[in-house]
Amino acid sequence: MNARYLPYLLILPVTLFLCLFFLYPFILVAQQAFYADGGWSLKNFQDVTSHWKFPISFRNTMLLAAAVVPVQLALALLMATMVTRMQKGRDLILYVWTIPLGISDLAAGIIWLAIFEQSGFLNSMMSGLGVVDRPVNFLSYQHPGIVFLAIALAEIWRATAIMLVILVAGIGLIPKEYYEAAEVFGASPWKRFTRITLPLLRPSLQTALVLRVILAFEIFAVVAALGGTLFPVLMGETYAYQFDLLNGGAAAAMALIILAISIAFTLIIMRALRVPKGATI
Amino acid sequence: MAVIEIKNVAKRFGSYQALHDINLTIDDQEFMVLLGASGCGKSTLLRIIAGLETQTTGEVWIGGRRIDHLPPKDRGIAMVFQNYAVFPHLTVFENIGFGLRMQKLPNDEVKRRVERTAELMHIEQLLSRYSGELSGGQRQRVAVARALAMEPDVILMDEPLSNLDALLRMEMRAELKGVLAESNTTAIYVTHDQVEAMSMADRISVMHEGRIVQAASPIEVYRDPAERFVAGFIGNPPMNFLPAEPTGAGQWRVAGQTLKGPDLNRPLEFAIRPEDMTLSDAGLKAKAKVVEPLGAHLLVTAEVDGTLFRAVLDSDLKVSPGDVLTLAPTPDRIRWFDPKSHHAVQ
Repeated sequence: MNARYLPYLLILPVTLFLCLFFLYPFILVAQQAFYADGGWSLKNFQDVTSHWKFPISFRNTMLLAAAVVPVQLALALLMATMVTRMQKGRDLILYVWTIPLGISDLAAGIIWLAIFEQSGFLNSMMSGLGVVDRPVNFLSYQHPGIVFLAIALAEIWRATAIMLVILVAGIGLIPKEYYEAAEVFGASPWKRFTRITLPLLRPSLQTALVLRVILAFEIFAVVAALGGTLFPVLMGETYAYQFDLLNGGAAAAMALIILAISIAFTLIIMRALRVPKGATI
Repeated sequence: MAVIEIKNVAKRFGSYQALHDINLTIDDQEFMVLLGASGCGKSTLLRIIAGLETQTTGEVWIGGRRIDHLPPKDRGIAMVFQNYAVFPHLTVFENIGFGLRMQKLPNDEVKRRVERTAELMHIEQLLSRYSGELSGGQRQRVAVARALAMEPDVILMDEPLSNLDALLRMEMRAELKGVLAESNTTAIYVTHDQVEAMSMADRISVMHEGRIVQAASPIEVYRDPAERFVAGFIGNPPMNFLPAEPTGAGQWRVAGQTLKGPDLNRPLEFAIRPEDMTLSDAGLKAKAKVVEPLGAHLLVTAEVDGTLFRAVLDSDLKVSPGDVLTLAPTPDRIRWFDPKSHHAVQ
């Protein structure tokens, strides 16, 4: 076997798999999105974007991402720094912290529903303590702030660990000598974090943020469990078009819009956190 | 003035005693080399002086001020690391200026000092590059420039040349020595390379198993090793040793020959450097095993009385394996060691 062709041969199976199960369906979806009334048109896009729910679900999705991702980033950085400093029990803590990763998003939503619903833990606790006379329906249209907060909390609890794992691996790659040099040359612990850890962590931050932001735009099950129709998001609307309204073309158009937003944000993150040539570890 | 005084410093890692009761005074502007094999504690001692490690007991003073409780930045030191630790995400300029920025010096002062030290280290044309675009030697220069830019009282160097290739190492050795001599700083330099130590140091502290076994000028360490360990560690090839029995009145029996030595009445070890012997009519009988012509001289590995024995001879001599040579030790170069305490005997 010619060594020049071997790498291509080895990636052939996965390429075929991806073409068959990702590229081909993607082309079908794209086709469906741009096809309406027996011909090529942008009608599906015009329909979905001019619907009264589109601006609300777009705004909700963006707000949620803007509220959740920065908190997750800060938490993941803090947790990763703490874990890295640990001598003993490091792996145990890491396992405990990553448990939510093993729980499906719907299950996570239901766990938090059990806390916030009218007969949930929070109400039992509050009435037990005498804070409220009768159970409050937190997840109702009267409390949009609490609905938003509950969804954000569930998302933070559920999906911070994915960033944590990437950042722990990234911090592990930074040689100790850089920190010692920074310390000798007068950098305080905070300066060492901002001047050494953060810039050297850029490749990992890139990966973690891209992954997390894309997942944030695809939020669906947690919202469905906690907010239902009170808090429309883009992915929920896509689902509604496909399965409630049986409008495949509109659902495909929504899916492509979410894809476009994801690509745009990925490019922004890659650009903002790019590492100059020759500046890698 | 930056005299460094290390007083009764000991360091224990768990049950492992890395340093035993180290006492050492390093004079202002002295170039002190800590020399020893890996694991002897030399880097630990340097890191204690730097503040990257805390001693278990003892004190460290710099310039008449006790500094062992202070963070590294308040000790008036700068350091050059073995793997350079040149920050990859900063340009050479920002690397050299890192410590100055941390001190919040004004921009023009940072620029002035960075440019001056870059010029000193001949890297002024690299200031806008990143470390990934530099060779090992260039990174080394950046690391030294970064330390010099701090204008420290004391500069600490942890095997700074060990990652360079042989030729570059020789070049940097001379350059570093020159630059440090001009900078008027006190320098502590850790190395396992005795050639580096001999060529650069004002004084060498030879370390062994967590102790300083001898602290003296390079030539004294070479000529008059205080312990058998130093005699065997310094010099390439190292000193030769042979058992010696006293025959009375300062006369010693060494490999069947009678030699003059200290007036003692207990067995000693006779020691001689390979280059301190000449071919003669009377002397030690050595049977040549391996002959290595090294150009400048001839290295003969021989056997004297069943003991391995090396001699460095004139390269014009014709010696073949199997020849029996008669080697006469130069009398004033003979040294004697106590086989029990391993200390040198006068």
